[in-house]
Amino acid sequence: MSDPLLARLTPPDVGPDLARQVVDTFTTTTGPLGDVLVARSSEGVTYVRPVSDDGDHAGFRAEYRRRLGRPLVPDDAAVPAVGARTRVDLRACSPFERDVLDATASIPAGQTRPYGWVAREVGRPAAVRAVGTVLARNPVPLIVPCHRVTRADGSLGRYMLGEAAKARLLADEGADLERLAAFTTAGVVLVGSDTTGIACLPSCHHARRITDAHRVPFRSATAAREAGYRGCRVCRPGV
Amino acid sequence: MNDLHPGLVAALVVDLDAGFADVVRAYQGLLLGTALRLTGDRPAAEDLAAEAFLRAFRALRDYDAERIAALELRGWLVTVLLNEHRNTVRTATRRPALSGAPLPERAAREPGPAEVATRGDPDLAAALAALPAVQRDAVVLRHVADLDVPAVAAALGVGEGTARSHVSRGLARLRTLLASPDRSAP
Repeated sequence: MSDPLLARLTPPDVGPDLARQVVDTFTTTTGPLGDVLVARSSEGVTYVRPVSDDGDHAGFRAEYRRRLGRPLVPDDAAVPAVGARTRVDLRACSPFERDVLDATASIPAGQTRPYGWVAREVGRPAAVRAVGTVLARNPVPLIVPCHRVTRADGSLGRYMLGEAAKARLLADEGADLERLAAFTTAGVVLVGSDTTGIACLPSCHHARRITDAHRVPFRSATAAREAGYRGCRVCRPGV
Repeated sequence: MNDLHPGLVAALVVDLDAGFADVVRAYQGLLLGTALRLTGDRPAAEDLAAEAFLRAFRALRDYDAERIAALELRGWLVTVLLNEHRNTVRTATRRPALSGAPLPERAAREPGPAEVATRGDPDLAAALAALPAVQRDAVVLRHVADLDVPAVAAALGVGEGTARSHVSRGLARLRTLLASPDRSAP
């Protein structure tokens, strides 16, 4: 190339390895209920699914290609166990999906919130079904704890890894499932304290401290409001 | 135009994911360099090249083996990059407050060779930015991405004669801009 302008146009051959940015990797690692498949980008974990029987994880890879649309190759490095502190990459999610996952991630371990609570938290109180759809397709279960989201009556409801897994995860986190099930059976969705005039969701940290003598059960937020109670500022039960 | 890496297309047909990782490694220099000359800005060039690769992968998802096997990767990837660049520019023009395309710096002094290697060539970037878009695209595709004239014409969606004239007018204008005393040292 003798023309100096053409030589000058030739870009300098320095640049990062784009493969890190473009090609994601996956491997098997430990989760709270046994081994899971984990896919990662350079920004964090993008996808988690239980290990299935198909030999080369063809189902996982096909789903990843369809949903994430990013190339995925096996990871050589060992990946730490997944948990609440694992960094995630949710860039492939819509803003609504991200809001739902963020709100869900704010539920403390061992506590539960109904789908309607998540809908209120993201500012779309009527979008209860849409919240359920997002969580049913949660790309990063076990990290974003969709197992802490229940039906409106407090019953556990469905879970990607099965209802039994949902109960086991909550029990391992210290949830008193028998106590919560008793409220559900009795049709109680909120409990108030007659000393403070504050109503909580049954699994709220503050609800657990109300003594039997002062606990006032409510079957709806409206009933609590009409009785003159206000909602707890920690669990925000929508009263 | 011959592909530098004839085995890559075959690898894509066998395993799209693993094959594509090889495609990225083989062509990232080409796409990064082309993107750098299109945008004049290194971070923007990296984003553009990465986005172009992902767009290419998403297109390949829907191609059958026959269509993949018939691909001329180099020209195809550069075309995907150009289209992605044009989309980005269009979006930036429509929403200037959100994502304004960075204006190329007008350096007052000649950069040293080390600076040219790491930060690019601001005078060249400014001159390229001053070209009409179609001439800039034509010059970059022909002389940076090293596509032949038919491939440049196909990427630009114009006839070969038009492509050739965009390239030569672009180069001539570039020489004038780079020679003018207010832009570059002697």
